[in-house]
Amino acid sequence: MSKKLLTLSYMIAVENLRKTFGDKVAVADLSFSLERGQTLALVGTSGSGKTTTLKMLNRLIQPTSGRILIDGQDTASLPLAEMRRKMGYVIQQIGLFPHYTVAENIAVVPQLLQHEKRTIQARSRELLERLSLPSDQYLDRYPHELSGGQQQRVGIARALAASPPVLLMDEPFSALDQITRQELRRDFRELEALKNTTTVIVTHDLEEAFELADQVCLLDHGELQQLDTPRQLLANPANEFVRTFLGSQQLRLALQVLTVADLALPGSNTKSTDARTATTYSADMRLKEVEEQLLQQASDTLAQTEDGQVFDLTDINQTAVAFLRQNRQN
Amino acid sequence: MESFINFVIENREKMLELSLEHLQLTLISLLLACLIAIPLGIWMVGQQRVANAFLGVAGLMQTIPSIALLGSLIPILGIGVKPAILALLLYAILPILQNTYTGIQGVAPAVKEAAAGMGMTPWQILKSVTLPLALPVIMAGVRTAAVINVGVATLAAYIGAGGLGEFIFGGIALNNNNMILAGAVPAAILALLFDQLLGQMQKIKLKRSYAAVLLIPFLIALWGWRSPANQQALSAAFDPEFADRADGLPSIQQTYPGLRFNTLVLNAGLLYRAVAEGEVDLISGYSTDGRVQAYHLKVLEDDRHAFPPYHCAAIVNGETAVQHPELITTLNLLAGRISDSLMTSLNYEVDHLQRSPADVAEECLRKMGLWQENTSQRSETTITIGSKLFSEQYILVELFKQLIEGHTNLQVDPKPGLGGTKICYDALKNGEIDLYPEYTGTGFQVLLQPSDSLRAAIFTDAEAVYDYVQSECARLDDVKWLAPLGFNNTYALMCRQQQADEKGWQRMSDLLKVD
Repeated sequence: MSKKLLTLSYMIAVENLRKTFGDKVAVADLSFSLERGQTLALVGTSGSGKTTTLKMLNRLIQPTSGRILIDGQDTASLPLAEMRRKMGYVIQQIGLFPHYTVAENIAVVPQLLQHEKRTIQARSRELLERLSLPSDQYLDRYPHELSGGQQQRVGIARALAASPPVLLMDEPFSALDQITRQELRRDFRELEALKNTTTVIVTHDLEEAFELADQVCLLDHGELQQLDTPRQLLANPANEFVRTFLGSQQLRLALQVLTVADLALPGSNTKSTDARTATTYSADMRLKEVEEQLLQQASDTLAQTEDGQVFDLTDINQTAVAFLRQNRQN
Repeated sequence: MESFINFVIENREKMLELSLEHLQLTLISLLLACLIAIPLGIWMVGQQRVANAFLGVAGLMQTIPSIALLGSLIPILGIGVKPAILALLLYAILPILQNTYTGIQGVAPAVKEAAAGMGMTPWQILKSVTLPLALPVIMAGVRTAAVINVGVATLAAYIGAGGLGEFIFGGIALNNNNMILAGAVPAAILALLFDQLLGQMQKIKLKRSYAAVLLIPFLIALWGWRSPANQQALSAAFDPEFADRADGLPSIQQTYPGLRFNTLVLNAGLLYRAVAEGEVDLISGYSTDGRVQAYHLKVLEDDRHAFPPYHCAAIVNGETAVQHPELITTLNLLAGRISDSLMTSLNYEVDHLQRSPADVAEECLRKMGLWQENTSQRSETTITIGSKLFSEQYILVELFKQLIEGHTNLQVDPKPGLGGTKICYDALKNGEIDLYPEYTGTGFQVLLQPSDSLRAAIFTDAEAVYDYVQSECARLDDVKWLAPLGFNNTYALMCRQQQADEKGWQRMSDLLKVD
């Protein structure tokens, strides 16, 4: 009884989910649960079953066995179309309707839900602006007039237009170039609209997973390898596969999980008396971001923590290295 | 050019009527084809095997020659508009089906996945996503089908469905280029119009092209417009040549005022079957046609002489006639011996019982007591006998040949099956052939081409016509007309024998008593 209640309190709860295609097991008895507003990244190589898992969540693929509860309701018992309208869906190929304008594309789900026209318009404008697309310029354009990055911004706006409680994303940024991808990821992460949205994102890019997710679910050939927070995954790889998968990216991944608060600074190192002004970074800021900003600034610009300790790029890297060393000793 | 314009002005009502009929045939068949092929094409998507089967069948249909398809539908649906529309529909299905299938399949899978993932129902996806995206491809198919149908619809005239084909086939039969053009030009314009109009529709959005649905009441109106014809007590089918020739239907209307029919224009080859199967009461035909006997038809006597006489006689090169008087004497043994009914049954033997003209001719001569064993001694001289390209002429050639071989020592070289009247007559004048069977009416109208006033004065008077051709051909071309064989292979109205018996029809004027 208590377990049941616990399950019910999650926004998404997956129990013993399994999918087989003939003899081939695509997903083997996978279970995970997500609280409201959390983000889960499904990570793995191609053929690992991550996309299959995602598509079972909105039943584009029917599970062979197992249960999926969304907000406590078994999806198998819900009308398909109605259920999907409560789940935003973003895919790598974007899939905007080429014969619809940007405005019409974004309005698809709200219209299916018979939202008021004015509400839809206001929401569309707001989302576009948040995603760095001036709505006046873009609402009446057609998808083919937009770049790939712009199209995916519209794709995300479309998925979020009806404020769905759940957002499903299948490699949403993979088809974009490096710079566009980073910009869009930042805009996406900062979206106000996502605060209460429970998100499941499929990616093969660990850095992306570490940047966006509260939990990472690492799959290989349909089998769960590890389900943990990014920090735990990096600190305590469950097995050899996880270690290999993390591989040479560990340093960069460490910068994603560590924050300014983690900086190991020698107490004596107080250069705050220096006359030059220093930029202050808050304690919960990721080191990855701090590093990026420092790299863009002039070499003599100083960085300091909220309590006045000055640091530089070397300190950041040393902290990351120390974090990784410490775990290896464990 | 000027004569074409005159023709158009004189026949503008008929032209408009035929164009509307043509439009009706094309539009109705096209609409029905869309109603069948588009849903079928949509349904086929994702069912590879079914799709291949259907596209295969539709493709096969396309390879059947149009005339064969039209002809093969007659036993099932009879003649007229219905089988024509069905045939056109069958032709239109392939391009529409193929393009619908290809168009729907061509919609990017990502778009369909996104649509499903967002919670659109299958029907919503079809209506708002796949169909609009496939529409340009589907419309291209409809466009192809429309242009094909405008073309094939000209053939509908063959089975009495009307349309511009009536002018085209009538024109070909009458060797009237203006009439051919009056059919072909509007058909071409219709094809271009359809192509343009549908091309425009390809560009506008789906929502607006639902306006095309407004076409349906228009089509229904067009359908109804054709019905009021069913008022006359008698229905008749005519071949395109007869319907337009001055000595055909127009002459009937002049000579038998008050005689009215529901007229259907039909390929000559189908007329006999149409009357035999009761599709119509009367048809035009040739009085000595073997099918009169085969289908148990009754030739109504032309008691007021609406039709010109086509009495058959051998015509001989003047020089040959002088050199071989025995030839003339011999051939004249047949003078007046072959009646209409005898010629009909000879034709029947050859056309329907598939006997050889030689056998039939020999049997005929034996019955007449004119058959003689070949004389053993052959002279050096060879007589060449020509003929036109139909069975009756082949039989006559054999009759002449066996008669000459039996009664003289001349050698005979038969050369039947020459292309037409003009070819035969020129060959005769040049001495390439020595004789061939000709008809008085043909000699009068085709070879001598009399002035309109002379034509009007004597063209239904059998004796006057014979006298005229005899004297003029001799004078102008040194061609000698022998005495007529007796039968008159002219136009005739005919009906089922049974109906004639029931209603007491003997002569054409009996038809005037029908109400």
